[in-house]
Amino acid sequence: MALSKIWVLAEATDGKVTTTTLELLTKARSLADTVEAIYAGGDADAIAGQLGEFGASKVYTTGDLAGALPGVPVSGAIAALVEGGNAPDAIIAATSYVGRDIAGRLSAKLDRTVITNNTDLEVDGSNLVTTEPVFGGSTDVKTTFTAAGPHLVLVRPKSFVAESAGGGAAAVETIAVPDGGKSAGAKIVNRHVEEREGPSLDEAAIVVSGGRGLGEQDSFALVEELAKLLNGAPGASRAIVDAGWVPYSYQVGQTGKVVKPTVYLAAGISGATQHMVGMKGSKNIIAINKDAEAPIFAVSDLGIVGDVHKVLPQVIEALKAR
Amino acid sequence: MNVVVCVKQIPDPADPGALDPTTKTLKRDGKLILDESDSYGVEMALQLVTTAGGGEVTLVSMAPNGEVSGLRTALAMGAAKAILVSDDALAGSDALGTAKVLAKAIERVEGADLVLTATESSDGYTGTVPEQIAGLLDLPSVTFAKSISIEGSIVKIQRQTEAGFDDVECPLPALVSVTAGVVEPRYPSFKGIMAAKSKPVDTLTVADLGLDASQVGWAGAGQQIVSIAEAPAREAGEVFEDDGTAAEKIVAFLDDLKVL
Ligand SMILES: Cc1cc2nc3c(=O)[nH]c(=O)nc-3n(C[C@H](O)[C@H](O)[C@H](O)COP(=O)(O)OP(=O)(O)OC[C@H]3O[C@@H](n4cnc5c(N)ncnc54)[C@H](O)[C@@H]3O)c2cc1C
Ligand SMILES: Cc1cc2nc3c(=O)[nH]c(=O)nc-3n(C[C@H](O)[C@H](O)[C@H](O)COP(=O)(O)OP(=O)(O)OC[C@H]3O[C@@H](n4cnc5c(N)ncnc54)[C@H](O)[C@@H]3O)c2cc1C
Repeated sequence: MALSKIWVLAEATDGKVTTTTLELLTKARSLADTVEAIYAGGDADAIAGQLGEFGASKVYTTGDLAGALPGVPVSGAIAALVEGGNAPDAIIAATSYVGRDIAGRLSAKLDRTVITNNTDLEVDGSNLVTTEPVFGGSTDVKTTFTAAGPHLVLVRPKSFVAESAGGGAAAVETIAVPDGGKSAGAKIVNRHVEEREGPSLDEAAIVVSGGRGLGEQDSFALVEELAKLLNGAPGASRAIVDAGWVPYSYQVGQTGKVVKPTVYLAAGISGATQHMVGMKGSKNIIAINKDAEAPIFAVSDLGIVGDVHKVLPQVIEALKAR
Repeated sequence: MNVVVCVKQIPDPADPGALDPTTKTLKRDGKLILDESDSYGVEMALQLVTTAGGGEVTLVSMAPNGEVSGLRTALAMGAAKAILVSDDALAGSDALGTAKVLAKAIERVEGADLVLTATESSDGYTGTVPEQIAGLLDLPSVTFAKSISIEGSIVKIQRQTEAGFDDVECPLPALVSVTAGVVEPRYPSFKGIMAAKSKPVDTLTVADLGLDASQVGWAGAGQQIVSIAEAPAREAGEVFEDDGTAAEKIVAFLDDLKVL
């Protein structure tokens, strides 16, 4: 049996729907008869085609938020729709900045629990069952809802493969944003976008990541050079992000990005559970670590017990010589 | 400037975690410690109070068995006092139930200008509690702060984003969640540790907060774990000691995958 209706919280940048949103729409299609999207942004018309192609029959949009952080206005708009009698069985968002903020606010407004960090969803009777990997992905926990819907779910990126349904553009319907009252007022006054060359960490076929084993910030240049030679993206463990060697946007793991490249090369990374949840799904894993007992070797296809300062320059040299 | 910091006390992350097979929740029966993620909020709060030239830092925590070890650590760093909510009725609480308890406890702190939390805890890491608290208290909020400063009645924040960071401004009172690395947490001094022993910790129950027990714990959680299973393990491949041929092996491996 399927659910009757699911709302997917859509995200887009520069007029392009995020891959994670397309993944969620694809999954939602298999779980419910009707899939609709909720979108906060001024360009809903521009993305209605993509949303429709992946299965959304309608997109409710708040319009441009004029710099307001989305948590308060979007949760307010969704709550008003729900209270207006238009409640779906479930509302699904990505484990992203926007998704988490809106789901948390909405949870308090509707007095509904949120099941977070999921990597799979299925329907049992008329209830959703979610799968959340815990302890670094060694254990799968399945959870279900015990109270009335709409059921709120957060799903990790790359949990599903996005597939077009070949549908026509979603109908666009503008929804009202209620006054946020005392909770309104958090406003973006300026944006800073880091320049990055090459493929993005999320989408690169090859990711070369560095960790504390690099010893010093300057050695990250080896990781960057190798990534570039392989037409891949450089990534990092949280240890070196916290140390300020590289920006947060490089971080792979539970609190960073989930990557599933064809090849993931971990240089000087121990393989903490929080790092592994972000890269264990890679098709092939290469690890270089001087400690033969490092947990990263338990998931690697090719493990090198060695010094990154020796091995990385040799690999770079060998590739350049080809 | 009065700042409330939510601090979670958690099982030592160095010990392998385990789920209780009957209750299906994380085992929390051993000694609990201050979640390292919250040490950044405590440090940030202390610095903001110092910069403001007055006020104090109050800690708020919900933990089983009257646990205070983690609170003592944060008090030793310099927080003035703490509220601990501990009650058997809280076992099994979901994130929303936890937020309801913390929100009620925060309401008891008079004249709070700012509430700080971490972006997510180290053990449950739902990352939803901060916005749930802000929603329940009807406060504006900013998540993922990597820098915070106060200017009059406005809090200015550098907020981490997928692409870099945003400068965000928000009126006070507000709730802000801080990332790790926002500041370098101080180590408690010997004097701080001694002083922490006599700092006030107000221990409360669910009834003291005026909350109905049906809203929290197992009773209030709108979710239920149906199964726990070992995930299919990834098989380890070959591991070589570098004998000077490591680079060759890596290049050959990449060659086989036809990615070069
Ligand atoms: C709530 C929470 C969330 C977290 N989220 C994340 C996350 O998203 N991503 C993440 O990565 N971490 C995360 N962490 C942190 C995680 O627990 C680890 O602390 C972190 O991943 C360790 O990074 P590392 O492997 O670079 O450093 P370390 O654990 O210090 O490992 C360094 C490794 O380098 C090796 N080494 C040293 N010198 C050399 C050399 N010359 N050549 C080769 N190898 C060498 C060492 O043997 C060691 O294995 C999180 C932690 C918490 C509590
Ligand atoms: C593996 C696992 C998965 C879980 N999944 C879910 C789920 O999907 N949905 C759900 O509702 N619950 C879930 N829970 C239960 C949830 O972790 C607890 O309800 C917990 O009390 C609050 O959530 P959190 O730690 O995830 O909060 P987060 O939102 O991750 O915490 C953010 C910050 O809020 C503050 N904070 C949180 N809890 C406290 C506290 N007790 N005292 C003081 N400050 C605090 C801290 O500053 C913390 O860093 C899960 C628990 C585990 C162990």
